Amino acid sequence: MHGPLIETLARQGVTRRTFMKYCATLASMMALPPAAGRAMAEAMAAAPSASKRPSVIWLPFQECTGCTESITRSHSPTLEGLIFDVISLDYQETLMAAAGHQAEEALHAAMKANEGKYLLIVDGSIPLALDGAYSCIGGKSNLETLKEVAKGAAAIVAMGSCAAYGGLPRANPNPTGAVSVADVIKDKPIINIPGCPPIPVVMTGVLAHFLTFGSLPELDKLGRPKAFYGETIHDRCYRRPFYDQGKFAKTFDDEGARNGWCLFELGCKGPITHNACATVKWNGGTSWPVESGHGCLGCSEPDFWDGGGFYKALSMPANPLKMAAGAAVAGLAAGAAVSIVNRGKKSSARAAHETTTLADLEK
Amino acid sequence: MNEMQFLTWVRGQGLDLAVSIFLLGVLWRLLEIYGLGRKKDLTAPRHTPGASGWHTVFRRSLPAEGMLKKSPVTYIAGYTFHIGLGGVVFLFAPHIKLIQSLTGLHWPGLPSQFVDLIAIVTIAAMVVVLVDRISKPVKRFLSTFEDWFTWLVTFLPLLTGWLAVRHLLLPYTSMLAVHILSVEILLIVLPFTKLFHAFTVFGSRWYNGTVNGHKGVVV
Repeated sequence: MHGPLIETLARQGVTRRTFMKYCATLASMMALPPAAGRAMAEAMAAAPSASKRPSVIWLPFQECTGCTESITRSHSPTLEGLIFDVISLDYQETLMAAAGHQAEEALHAAMKANEGKYLLIVDGSIPLALDGAYSCIGGKSNLETLKEVAKGAAAIVAMGSCAAYGGLPRANPNPTGAVSVADVIKDKPIINIPGCPPIPVVMTGVLAHFLTFGSLPELDKLGRPKAFYGETIHDRCYRRPFYDQGKFAKTFDDEGARNGWCLFELGCKGPITHNACATVKWNGGTSWPVESGHGCLGCSEPDFWDGGGFYKALSMPANPLKMAAGAAVAGLAAGAAVSIVNRGKKSSARAAHETTTLADLEK
Repeated sequence: MNEMQFLTWVRGQGLDLAVSIFLLGVLWRLLEIYGLGRKKDLTAPRHTPGASGWHTVFRRSLPAEGMLKKSPVTYIAGYTFHIGLGGVVFLFAPHIKLIQSLTGLHWPGLPSQFVDLIAIVTIAAMVVVLVDRISKPVKRFLSTFEDWFTWLVTFLPLLTGWLAVRHLLLPYTSMLAVHILSVEILLIVLPFTKLFHAFTVFGSRWYNGTVNGHKGVVV
């Protein structure tokens, strides 16, 4: 296997064997057949020289840069970053050296040169309130920019929960009128990679799939790649046996917590959260939230901010019961009122009672 | 409304509404029933061994002589489903957590696989009870809409809960929401249908036993 990428990697001290292993791992993570690993490696290795690499434009909207942080943290020394050697990241405000007009020029040049072929990555939600004035870049609202750039894109990747569902900006009461990419763009293939932030390998996996097969991987009904979002955290959680045994940590520092028991009662949203944290883990497989002792927040699900609180068990009421006390009083009052009416009926019946005598019967 | 919003609604406003109607209905009816009172029986009480309210409460939990043989399905499947329902509702850890958050009361639960087994047995018993009601002409003749309806609203929470745990038919989030919704329907229906026997069964037995005991009759 030869190609520009293999040579670049060799210069960086990464062997061909390591590269092949990486591709095989990616393929298996995405539940692709074993041959797909090799196909991926060949496709990436054979990627054309720098000037012809597939163009990727990354647009940041109403976001916190956490998604970019997440991806960049995985760059070095892990192999995830190598994926960037096979794409041409033409616009990414945080990572690019250019700024101001130069950056805008780079964006437009990339759009023009790769019309209909570039991959658009979006992180952050799009504010619609006040004509989009809440978030503008280069004097243009995010809505305008998204529509303009999406027009020539081959596909769009909505990176992170904000781009995928609106995320934190969309949380009640949603002051900026934030919406997701899919709420705005209807005529392009969109893949959602939710998470706050998403797992780096999920992103690189999707990119690898796109580069290898020229298409997006299989998606679920929320537009997420099934390979990574096909199962819930709860079902793949190493603490699951404790749930099944009924062993729960009741506080963050009790015996159960020290024994690593299930965090369901402390508000873990693992049962309703589809993501790969439990299997892929974070920081190069070091750990993940539940392993570090905190329940899952459900960050890869829509509206997880408004899911009734992070520390309330899933089976607990999402909000305090406001009407119940009033209803109980009303019930007692109704019962008492009906009882009084009933007693009244009885006593009036007693009062109206006339004794029947023999004489009456003979009348 | 997406599935997460649906789940949050049934865990929030939906639950509030259902619990409120449930409390209103239960307190209203209990007060009304027990507020009715009865005329004082001025006759001299007769004392017969085994004739009292308490005796009746326990005696009626057992099949009358010969009845178990005559109607085994009613008794065996009936018992299985009532006890199973109690086990599933009150011994599954997430349910206990809900009760604890609402009332402060809590107790140890059973392992979830065991609850799963109880659920399967209970579902089977309920199906048997239904088939029995359909296949026996007398039972079918005596059945009204309320009988079929209350069977359904009792069965649905059980079925949807089991389907949710087993990840069948619908994604877990949706099925969990449907499960909670079905429980809310049950809560709303309970005070106003024959399901109210959950509250009155022992009271009415005690009453019948006491009235008859006064006359020296063992019931």
